[in-house]
Amino acid sequence: MAANGDTLTSQGYIQHHLTNASIGEGFWTWHIDTLGWSIFLGLVFIMVFRSAAKKATVGVPGKFQCLIEMIIEFVGNSVKDTFHGRNPVIAPLALTIFVWVLLMNAMDWVPVDWIPTAASLIAGESWDTIASGNSHVYIKSVPTTDLNMTFGLSLGVFALMLYYSIKIKGLGGFLKELYAHPFNTPWLYWFNIILETIALVAKPVSLALRLFGNLYAGELIFILIAMIGVWQLPIHFVWAAFHLLVIPLQAFIFMMLTIVYLSMAHEDH
Amino acid sequence: MNLNATLIGESIAFFVFVVFTMKFVWPQLNGAIEARQKKIADGLEASEKAEKDLELARKEAADKLKEAKSQAAAIIEQAKKREAQIVDEAADKARAESDKILAQGKADLEAEINRAREDLRKQVSILAVSGAEKILARSIDAKAHADILDKLVEEL
Repeated sequence: MAANGDTLTSQGYIQHHLTNASIGEGFWTWHIDTLGWSIFLGLVFIMVFRSAAKKATVGVPGKFQCLIEMIIEFVGNSVKDTFHGRNPVIAPLALTIFVWVLLMNAMDWVPVDWIPTAASLIAGESWDTIASGNSHVYIKSVPTTDLNMTFGLSLGVFALMLYYSIKIKGLGGFLKELYAHPFNTPWLYWFNIILETIALVAKPVSLALRLFGNLYAGELIFILIAMIGVWQLPIHFVWAAFHLLVIPLQAFIFMMLTIVYLSMAHEDH
Repeated sequence: MNLNATLIGESIAFFVFVVFTMKFVWPQLNGAIEARQKKIADGLEASEKAEKDLELARKEAADKLKEAKSQAAAIIEQAKKREAQIVDEAADKARAESDKILAQGKADLEAEINRAREDLRKQVSILAVSGAEKILARSIDAKAHADILDKLVEEL
């Protein structure tokens, strides 16, 4: 929907699209659109895979089971290639991350106006209100363009990293890795601590920001494309086609880095 | 754009999904895949073994056939030999029999000839005596000259 109304400014249009539906104040603000869409997509993932798991047969698999098994095998091989310990959590964790992030990223393909407009209409706003940019219903349908989502995932991974580091190496071993790592001489311990702490904290931060940045930028450009009139159709198509690459790739990178980080947490130096 | 409570909600959702996947999704699907892989591997192994067995059986059958053929040839050879032997034996026997019969015939003939000769000789001597008697009847007494006549018969 192009910016054709007089009262609809580009700035307002973009801002409307980038505002989350939220309830609460201050820290206790809940982005109900992010939560809603992500949990909905998570449930889609869970139900699809659970139904496949229930019907899983050792004999000749059906087409649906084949598809699910392809994903399982892809994730399983990625885990096997990178993670050399034995931990029953890693593979299901990687599968959850991959499919869930993939589904959330895939919301990027839904044209940017469809879901907000539909939400406004359902909320009872008139077509004119929506077209003039005065809608007060906000829906951001791509959960991974919300930092809360990506940090939610990456801090979950970070918690597992810390848990397994301490479980495998003990608290002493984990701390020793922090202060005695690059330079193993007592007078440089202070330097090691700074370096290693930054490295440790950078892992979840970069994990979250990478996913967020890629998807947020992609979404923003979709919004910009949606404002340029009739030419948006071919350009939108090109950009959506480009996201055939970006969406699975970002899901894969998030999964892969999770495996790598957890594998590092299991390694004893 | 600020970080807020949504983060906590998403983290909880994340853990719930991971735990669910770990308990109810991954083991079943991965188990099915691995069980099938094992099944296929076993099947392939079995088929390979069966192929080997078949090859072995084929070889054995060929060997047996060859042996049977050679045995049959040997038996035929032997039979032929035996046949020739029987024929030879029969011929020999027949020949011996015929020789025997011939010899018997010859002997009989000889005996017959001898007897005939004896008879003839006797008759000749009788004839000679009767001739001489007739000649001598006119001149001499037969009894007086019997010794001479006997000597004559002996010489014949």
